[in-house]
Amino acid sequence: MKVLAAMSGGVDSAVAAARAHDAGHDVTGVHLALSRNPASYRSGARGCCTIEDSNDARRAADVIGIPFYVWDLSERFHADVVEDFMDEYAAGRTPNPCLRCNEKIKFAAVLDRALALGFDAVVTGHYAVLREGADGLVELHRSVDAGKDQSYVLGVLDQHQLRHSLFPLGDTPKTRVREEAAARGLLVADKPDSHDICFVADGDNAGWLREKLGDRAPNHGGAIVDDETGEELGRHEGTYGYTIGQRKGLRIGTPAQDGRPRFVLDIEPVAGTVRVGPRERLAVHGLEGIRPRWCGTEPTSLQGTVQLRAHGAEHRAEVEVSGHGADQRVSVRLLDPAEGIAPGQAVVVYDGSRVVGSATISATHRSPAGASA
Amino acid sequence: MGTRRRTLGDVMTPPVYLDHAATTPMVPEAVEAMVEQLGRAANPSSLHASGRAARRAVEESRERVAAALGCRPGEVVFTSGGTEADNLALKGLAWARRGQDARRRRLLTTAVEHHAVLDPLEWLATAQDFVVEHLPVDAEGALDLDAVARALAEPDEVGLISVMWANNEVGTVQPLPEVVAAAREHGVPVHTDAVQAVGVLPVDFAASGVEAMSVSAHKVGGPHGVGALVVRRDLELAPLLHGGGQERDVRSGTLDTPAVVGFAVALELAVVRREQHAAHLAALRARLVEGLRRVVPDVVLNGPDAPEWDTRRLPGNVHVSFPGCEGDSLLMLLDARGIECSTGSACSAGVPQASHVLLAMGRDDDAARSSLRFTLGRPSSEADVDAVLDAIGPAVERARAARL
Repeated sequence: MKVLAAMSGGVDSAVAAARAHDAGHDVTGVHLALSRNPASYRSGARGCCTIEDSNDARRAADVIGIPFYVWDLSERFHADVVEDFMDEYAAGRTPNPCLRCNEKIKFAAVLDRALALGFDAVVTGHYAVLREGADGLVELHRSVDAGKDQSYVLGVLDQHQLRHSLFPLGDTPKTRVREEAAARGLLVADKPDSHDICFVADGDNAGWLREKLGDRAPNHGGAIVDDETGEELGRHEGTYGYTIGQRKGLRIGTPAQDGRPRFVLDIEPVAGTVRVGPRERLAVHGLEGIRPRWCGTEPTSLQGTVQLRAHGAEHRAEVEVSGHGADQRVSVRLLDPAEGIAPGQAVVVYDGSRVVGSATISATHRSPAGASA
Repeated sequence: MGTRRRTLGDVMTPPVYLDHAATTPMVPEAVEAMVEQLGRAANPSSLHASGRAARRAVEESRERVAAALGCRPGEVVFTSGGTEADNLALKGLAWARRGQDARRRRLLTTAVEHHAVLDPLEWLATAQDFVVEHLPVDAEGALDLDAVARALAEPDEVGLISVMWANNEVGTVQPLPEVVAAAREHGVPVHTDAVQAVGVLPVDFAASGVEAMSVSAHKVGGPHGVGALVVRRDLELAPLLHGGGQERDVRSGTLDTPAVVGFAVALELAVVRREQHAAHLAALRARLVEGLRRVVPDVVLNGPDAPEWDTRRLPGNVHVSFPGCEGDSLLMLLDARGIECSTGSACSAGVPQASHVLLAMGRDDDAARSSLRFTLGRPSSEADVDAVLDAIGPAVERARAARL
């Protein structure tokens, strides 16, 4: 096959490209430039869109012996990922830009362009397994390295996208990938993993949001309120500085009457109110999801597991799907309650190791009966 | 997962190299002359016999360069290439002229210069308190002479004017004689970046009337890493590199004798062969443009068209827009078939920016991004042109489908 290897400049995508090349595919390497002004993005080894990363990707392509280009996706990335990230935070939700990037950029804009240019598939360094199921559909599964599993951020891919994807690293633990990179003479073998959000240069999400959103956010400043008594405990400079489940940095002067720590329970972006309370009130027993994306056949109901954040725990769950098209909804009853779940995050549904699909969390339920908290 | 398609990766050898404006192969005579020098250990500043021999090779090269460019040997300052020559001319002149008269803060140039001119000027503006004015061009990329006249209305404030001899992207030859006439009237020195013009246009420093001129070796069949600033002796120039005082104290640093020798040999040959060479390129250019219009009817030639292109365009330049395509996609598809060209746009970190040249010519962002630059050179043949014409149709079709 003719395959396009998306090369971030990191070790995983380099080894993935090398493996695709070894497998006899005709591989072309592409580094996705996601910022017009790379210096404004994260520097050093932490991100994936600096000049240094572009050079690392280029050198990896040289060593593998494949052609290499830089594709400018900065406008699409800004419109589809960065703007969305800001809009979601301004609306009091907690988005996951990596899922969004996979859905809109890597496996959409890039894949579409690759297919049109005559490629058959896109290969990436994600830790996940693709395998053909009994029904002939391509299935997405968790990787064998549970600690590195990235099936969660791929839960937005549909059958068309999966059919034109290759994830050569899913069967390999990360440590072996690094060893293989070293053995192949790839200089990125010991380059640190990227983490956090690539377009937030210093890793300070709240600071970045404060600078970008500024007065635009309707929630610029407001009260921190005790969820039970309604008492105002303090003030904040924008709800985007808070995440549900957050304990530190609340800047509340008076301690709780029972002396126990308080956590962010809820964020009301329009009113600008941050509600806090004791830990036991964080527990979420159910949630609602919108904008579902299915990897294969759409289920109607399912007993399986769900994952609620990247590298988060698995929760046993009962999933019900209702409605069709844009109105389709997903209801999840969590048999194992979860904490710190915020609207905007993605719920990814699994059947064993297989990813069934995903949805964006629109509401959470704090009682086992399903009443909204 | 789909069947094997034939468009990408079917590499043919040898590649069809049509990016001679980026660089062109060294002529064998220059390689030979360099290799002979490379075996010798000598610093041309040394006083012993070996040093004198190296110095003699450098000075003979300087004389050959001067003869080829129509200047005196003492006006040739060897540099590390065109970029350094531009930087030396612009910064050196700007500082020296302001040192003479503090009012001279305005630096004039065109909107279509190479980054080796634009960026030093930008630095002078942001870090050195100068004011840069980018004079507009017409739809073909030629400088607006009325704008030159207006900008020179207050000549006491002007430090210099820099106008390229011919544009590296779209090949437009600038009205340099008119610029020189206007500037001379007001006593404003003119610098020209002649990197693309030498070897294809008649370039004579003295006859041109400019005060300073940048040239590069590797564009005329010489080695990389060497070039020259030709600059009148009566012009004060502040140095960029301080040190051993080489090159009449304007450009310190041990001269690269083999490179200087290779440069002189290549430049001399390029000038001797110029007319024949230019005719060869012009014939191929006509074949390529005519063929592209036949295969892709809506292709747009950027810059001067026939018949004016005989005098107003570099003979080896074909810069075209393919509406509805990304130049990047086309470049990749052609590269996979062994055809090498350029998107004609500046690249930093490999991130393509829409060409400032096309934007200055009034084209929109889409047109700027849909362009390819084919530049012909000494080894180019009709077979190279025909290879492009064979490949471009399917490539354009695919690139249109692939548009983001």
